[in-house]
Order: sequence, then structure tokens, then C-alpha cells
Amino acid sequence: MDIFLQQIINGLVQGSIYALVALGYTMVYGIMGLINFAHGEVVMIGTLVAISVAGTLIKAGVPVALAGVNGLAAAVLVCMALGWGLERIAYRPLRNAPRLTPLITAIGMSIVLQNVAMIVWGRNYLTFPHLLPKVNFEFAGAHFTAIQVMIVGVSGLTMAGLVFLVYRTRLGMAMRATAQNPQVASLMGVNSNRVISAAFVIGSALGALAGVMVGTYYEIAHYQMGFMLGLKAFTAAVLGGIGNLAGAMAGGILLGIIEALGAGYIGDLTGGFFGSHYQDIFAFIVLIVVLMFKPSGLFGEKTGDRA
Amino acid sequence: MLEVTGLRVAYGGIQAVRSITFHVNEGEMVALIGANGAGKTSTLKAIARVLDAAGGDVHFCGEKITRIAPHDVIRQGIALVPEGRGVFPRLTVAENLAMGAFVRNDAVDIEKDLKMVFGYFPRLKEREAQLAGTLSGGEQQMLAIGRALMSRPRMLLLDEPSMGLAPIMVQKIFEVIRAVAAQGMTILLIEQNAKLALETSQRGYVMESGEITLHGAAGDLLNDPKVRAAYLGE
Repeated sequence: MDIFLQQIINGLVQGSIYALVALGYTMVYGIMGLINFAHGEVVMIGTLVAISVAGTLIKAGVPVALAGVNGLAAAVLVCMALGWGLERIAYRPLRNAPRLTPLITAIGMSIVLQNVAMIVWGRNYLTFPHLLPKVNFEFAGAHFTAIQVMIVGVSGLTMAGLVFLVYRTRLGMAMRATAQNPQVASLMGVNSNRVISAAFVIGSALGALAGVMVGTYYEIAHYQMGFMLGLKAFTAAVLGGIGNLAGAMAGGILLGIIEALGAGYIGDLTGGFFGSHYQDIFAFIVLIVVLMFKPSGLFGEKTGDRA
Repeated sequence: MLEVTGLRVAYGGIQAVRSITFHVNEGEMVALIGANGAGKTSTLKAIARVLDAAGGDVHFCGEKITRIAPHDVIRQGIALVPEGRGVFPRLTVAENLAMGAFVRNDAVDIEKDLKMVFGYFPRLKEREAQLAGTLSGGEQQMLAIGRALMSRPRMLLLDEPSMGLAPIMVQKIFEVIRAVAAQGMTILLIEQNAKLALETSQRGYVMESGEITLHGAAGDLLNDPKVRAAYLGE
């Protein structure tokens, strides 16, 4: 039983990170129908920028907490600029192109960003500085750390903030209107370019936050880390119904928990034939099952034949 | 107030509108009638910058608006009520109306205009918190007109407001259109229901295959044998 609770907690933590990244996919898809496959790389760049900034500051004698905050701020700013630039340079010129074109461009941008990161940060694994003290808690036989509590808490607050932005502000209303009918939204005076830029910038900021959390949690980072994380967050967005905010959040958390439970029990279930390092297969089983049986996802309203 | 000169609209190689010239004076309601595919909607879309004009010019209040950004049209004071209503289905009625006032920031006057819209369409007030997608077709048309009025426009472009509505609902919608016109609003009305359009307007233009073939006072067009034969089913 305590394995079960333990894995639920672990899944919740990992799932919060998936949810933050999934929101970036879903916001862009909801507004312009594009799957921005370079989003995972934006998250990776966020992690690496945070390592560089926080690491340098710590070496220079700045207190760890302050260095961490600065690392996070730098990651968020760099990623926002990166998200904005990606849309401007790679996707905007293709606004009226066939749907497959921007999709292939997104994959191309993902490769470009990975290589840029490899040149800047090298091919080796980098260690993320210890930003939070290692404090352990115990609850009903399950253990968790301060870092895990922070990840779930900050993700929850950030997502609440995003919901407020989308459902209670003028920009949010313009975003929802543009997602539902871009032509009429433009008739109402909404500049669709600005709304699209906002979706990229906000999604990238959430991605940067997720990237810093991943770094803090696993204490390791690498220029290829964005690929698998991005693919899983994309799976989470599809699971929840891509284009749907609540779906991305629920899909992220659900996927995290499915993965954690799968990893916790796969050894017992297969008599030790598969170990917990096979946990990645669960995300893709989920993706395949959703695409086969409910391609609109849990919260999705409609399915189209959009690429 | 609105001057359209030599306007052309083309889809690929196909000319939908071939060099049409017409105008709408301030405070006037003008009907643009014609059969399906005559180019009426394309004309309206080109004025509202939903489509690019292939040639010609559109002036509004003396200013050339042929090439302004689509999202700036409403800032010039032109509000289009699109064909098929174009409400935001997953926004509430109140949010749809707020979108109409998106370009404004005079909260006090927005509140006044909201009261005015609810005065015209009490049904919208009752359904304020409902998602627009759950409204009936007639209610959606009310919402689309109300939303356009929320921008406090200087001119309304109405694209087929009677389309797909029950006769009783058409009556209601046109009562409001007349009331809005009586307040001095300048209106360009597109209708397939030519009789209704001409009865409501002061002047009319008849469009056929992308060209204006006839124009004049609405009463004269109503009695014109050619119009009667082609559009009034006589």
C-alpha cells in the first residue's frame, strides 16, 4: 500500500511538470492549430540557462536562494524571447501554408535548438546546483521532499494564475475568441498576431518554469533532455484533449501518475522481466490508446483531421 | 460617408466583384440586393478588410481604408455583422458583447451601451451567462447585432441578417434594425429577401454577377418591373 501512495506522490510531482509543459503545446494548438514540436527544446534551454546563471552566481558567492531566483528569472526571460522569436521567424511566414509545412518546420526548429544548446553547453550531462535544502517528510509510510512539495505547489499556483489570465482578463478573452473564430475576433479589433505571440510567450514562460523544476528535481540536465519531456507533455496534452487548458492540466497529472504507478508495479507484474527503467513505455501506450479510441482526448470537444 | 469606387474582388482567377462603385450617405440605410453568388458578401468582406480587394478603393469619412489592417476597421467605426452570425460559441453572451466593446475603454459608456443592447434584445439579458453556442439561430443573430452595436460604430454592415430565421424572428430582428436606423445609424444591408430589404431601406443597389446593374430609391426599385420579376417572384 505504501508503494501505491508513494508512487501517487511521485506521479503528482512529475505530472505537475508535464502539465506545465503540456499547457505550452495546448495554448499554441488551441489558437493556431499548430503542434509546436520545438516546445520541449524551449524547456531544455530554460533548464540550461538556469544552470549557467544560478551556477555562476553561486560560484561568485551569492546566496543559493538568491542565485536560484535569478536563475529562474533568467530562464523565464530567455524562453519568453525564444518563444516569441520562434513564432516570428519560423511560423509566422508560414501562416497560410499547408498545415504540414509548419509542423515540419517545428521539428526542424527542435533540431536546430538542440544543436545550438549542444554548441553552447556541450555534450556532457550538467549538474544542476542544489537550490533547496534536502528536507524529508513522511506521510502514511510515503516519503516526500521539500522540492516535491515546492514543485506541486508552484505548479498549482501558476496554473491557477493562467486560468485567471485566460478566463478573467481582456487578453484572455481575446485569446479565447481568436481560438474560436479568428476572422470574427479580428473584426472585433483583436490583432491576431499579438494574440499568437502572447500564446507563445506565455507557453514558453511556463516551459521555463517547468525546466527549472526538472533541473531542481533530478539535479541533472542535458541538451537532449527536451525531446522525451516534450514528447510526454505532448502525450499529456493529447490525453486531456489538445487545445483545452483543463485537459492539459488533468492530462499532465494523470500521465505522471500512470507512469509512476506503471514504474512501481511493472517489476511485480512481469515477474521482474521488465524493471522500472521501462517506465517510458507507459506514456506511449497511453498515447496510442488515446489516439485509437478517443482521439479528441478526455476534455476534447471535437476531432478534426488537423495534422 | 462610405465611398466605394471601382472595387474588385477575386478568388484566384475568378472575379467575384467586377469594379463596382456605390456610396452610402451619413444616416442612410442602403440595401445591396441580388441573387446568391452575385458578389454581395464579397463586397462587404472587402470593405471590412476580411478579404483583400483586387483593385479599386474604399473611403470612409474621407479616409482611405482599402489597405488598413483588418483589426483596425472597427477602430475606424465600421462594424460588420457577418453572414452566419459568427458568435463565439464557447464564450458567454456577456463575453460576446464584451468582445464587441474590445476596442473601447470607456467603462461607463460601455455599461450604458450594454443597457441599450439589452433594451433592444431583452432575450439576451435573460441569457447573459449562457454560452453563445447554446442559443437559437435567432438569438445568435440578436447577439451578433448587439455585439456590433457594443463597439459604438459609426456605420453598420449587415450581412444577411434574416438568413435561416423563422418569419417571426425576422420581424423582431428587423424591428430592431429599423429602431437603430431611426437613431441615425448609417447602415449597409445585404439581403436575399429583396422585398424586406427595400422596404426597410431608403436606397438600393442591385448586384448581378459581380456588377451593379441597377440602383435608385428603394421605393422605385420595389416597383421596377425587372426587380419585381427577378427578385420579388412576380
